[in-house]
Amino acid sequence: MAQQESSSLPRLSKPIIFVDKLSKTFSDGKIKAVDDVSFEVKEGEVFGFLGPNGAGKTTTINMLTTLLKPSSGNAEVCGYNVYKHPTEVRRSVGVVPQEYTADEEMTGYDNIILCADLYGMPRSDSKPHGEELLRLVELQDAANRKVSTYSGGMRRRLELACGLINYPTLLFLDEPTLGLDVQTRAAVWKYIRMLKDEYHMTLFMTTHYLEEADALCDRIAIIDHGHVVKIGSPEELKASVGGDVITVTVREATPDLSTDIAQIPLVRDVKNTAGTYRVKAEQGEEAAPEIMDLIRSKGMHVTKIALTKPTLDEAYLEFTGRQLREEETDRMSMFSQRVTMRRARS
Amino acid sequence: MDKNPSPVEDNRFREATVQEEVPRLANTTPLISPRPAPELNTSPLHGLWALTKRDLKKWFTNPYQLLITLIQPAVWLGLFGKALNFGSFISSTGASASAQNMILFNTFGTTSYFSFLACGMLASIILFTASFSGMSVVFDRRFGFLNKALSTPVGRGAVVMAKVFQSVGRSLSQAAIVLAIAVVLGMDTANFTILGVAGAFLFLFLMSMGLSSLFVMLALKSSNWQTQMAIINLLNLPLLFASNSLFPTTIMPSWLQAVVKVNPVSYSNDGVRQLLLGSPGFNALWFDYAYLFGFAAFFSIVGIVLSWRLLSK
Repeated sequence: MAQQESSSLPRLSKPIIFVDKLSKTFSDGKIKAVDDVSFEVKEGEVFGFLGPNGAGKTTTINMLTTLLKPSSGNAEVCGYNVYKHPTEVRRSVGVVPQEYTADEEMTGYDNIILCADLYGMPRSDSKPHGEELLRLVELQDAANRKVSTYSGGMRRRLELACGLINYPTLLFLDEPTLGLDVQTRAAVWKYIRMLKDEYHMTLFMTTHYLEEADALCDRIAIIDHGHVVKIGSPEELKASVGGDVITVTVREATPDLSTDIAQIPLVRDVKNTAGTYRVKAEQGEEAAPEIMDLIRSKGMHVTKIALTKPTLDEAYLEFTGRQLREEETDRMSMFSQRVTMRRARS
Repeated sequence: MDKNPSPVEDNRFREATVQEEVPRLANTTPLISPRPAPELNTSPLHGLWALTKRDLKKWFTNPYQLLITLIQPAVWLGLFGKALNFGSFISSTGASASAQNMILFNTFGTTSYFSFLACGMLASIILFTASFSGMSVVFDRRFGFLNKALSTPVGRGAVVMAKVFQSVGRSLSQAAIVLAIAVVLGMDTANFTILGVAGAFLFLFLMSMGLSSLFVMLALKSSNWQTQMAIINLLNLPLLFASNSLFPTTIMPSWLQAVVKVNPVSYSNDGVRQLLLGSPGFNALWFDYAYLFGFAAFFSIVGIVLSWRLLSK
């Protein structure tokens, strides 16, 4: 799919991100922020890093974007090794950080041109391209206003435009919707889908919003305490915690139909508590009518039936555990998160 | 697979309608691909000017900040300099006007203490502006701009040198304004020459380079502005008082003289007073230049080297 734009890159026989046993230990606290993480990201997919605060998501992004040196392990981004060719990695990828990094005192347009200058792009290209990107994120009318007058959503869109200025084939998004209202979040989702579908970009995003990962990502890695605990598509993750649950209430308490229901091919497990059957099944939509037919064929009456699909929440809690987190974070990152939230809401 | 209605589904449904409004661009140039990426400037200095300009523009478009930084030297000059009238000390002893001038010239290298102090104030404004150069590094780190810049291929050295150059630019413009204020308030201009003023600013430039590099270096790893403020206060006044900015070295105790003689601020003052006031000076001009050049070169080079080490954790 992404044939044309990769012409400026070396031909990739390997995945666009290749991470092998990557670890990062911070010397000050002896904290292993990222511990022996391995995964691959294919060209053109949206890959999500899902995990609680302090799980190591941002540390991983910082290593892949060469802001942090890994303590051990190997990582290749766009075909370049992060240790040996950091400058080439920086040229090939776009980064939309978690914080609002745009300069408050400058206009949106000046900010995007400054980003282009940092990439060494000629003005003959960065001026039209910067304007295009501002139009893409619908900021053209506010382009010449100071960023300090922008709302949280406008700032987030500006960050997105700045991250796209260098024609990246791979875009890193760190918590792209942190603190945003529903409308802005929908807009950011729209842009992410557009980048994937129309521009065939590969996106690597972190989030701790489950519905966001579910809605946007082709594949998700659940990360916790610096470890990747599970990788798979949202459907695979949901399926891994067990099938659909059908709850059927029958008017007649006897006889017990559990063994009969268990005979239905799609059904995996049945529990009967006082005439209410809790049935685990693989395809709930197909199993439910069969269960109803069975009950009726015995001359009994169904009074209530409900079908629940497993959610990513279930999967997530299954893999990361249910206990509340003592946030393992430092003053600096707390500060930057506070600033981000405050600006998002401005 | 079909799903139950859930908030997620609702959201998708919402977006399906929003989807139709995906901005279609007026011109048909492809946005991100397949237009080939432009040829990039890969020189290690690219971005240096852009980063320097960013800081200078912010300072330039904020006249209040400029005014506030000028208050302190103006107060020193207008109140301290005018009140400390050494001439009247001497004339009150009954000394003749010529004796008074001789005593003043022998002590200060000029017959006007105000002019002596004005040269010291040029150094002082450079020192104070340079010491705050590190603060903008701290704020850029705290608000994420530094990380943003570091995720681009811009040279790590360029990030640091931009902070140094913006500080040099600011401090030299402020020094020019302070000089103009001093002249208005009665600084002795009899010995001013174009070459002399240019030479004096070369001194100030070298001192500013060295001091700005020093303070930027001290700030490179810090994310805490309180610590940075403490460092500024710790270094600022000692550097000013342990120099010949306010009083000549000759009237100081010998232990203090020893400190004054290594302080680069003293060398700048010595050179500036020779060039602007025609004072005799303690060192040959070339020696003052050489000392300050060494100071500036040492700290700029150390700053660039450290930036590579400190900016990549």
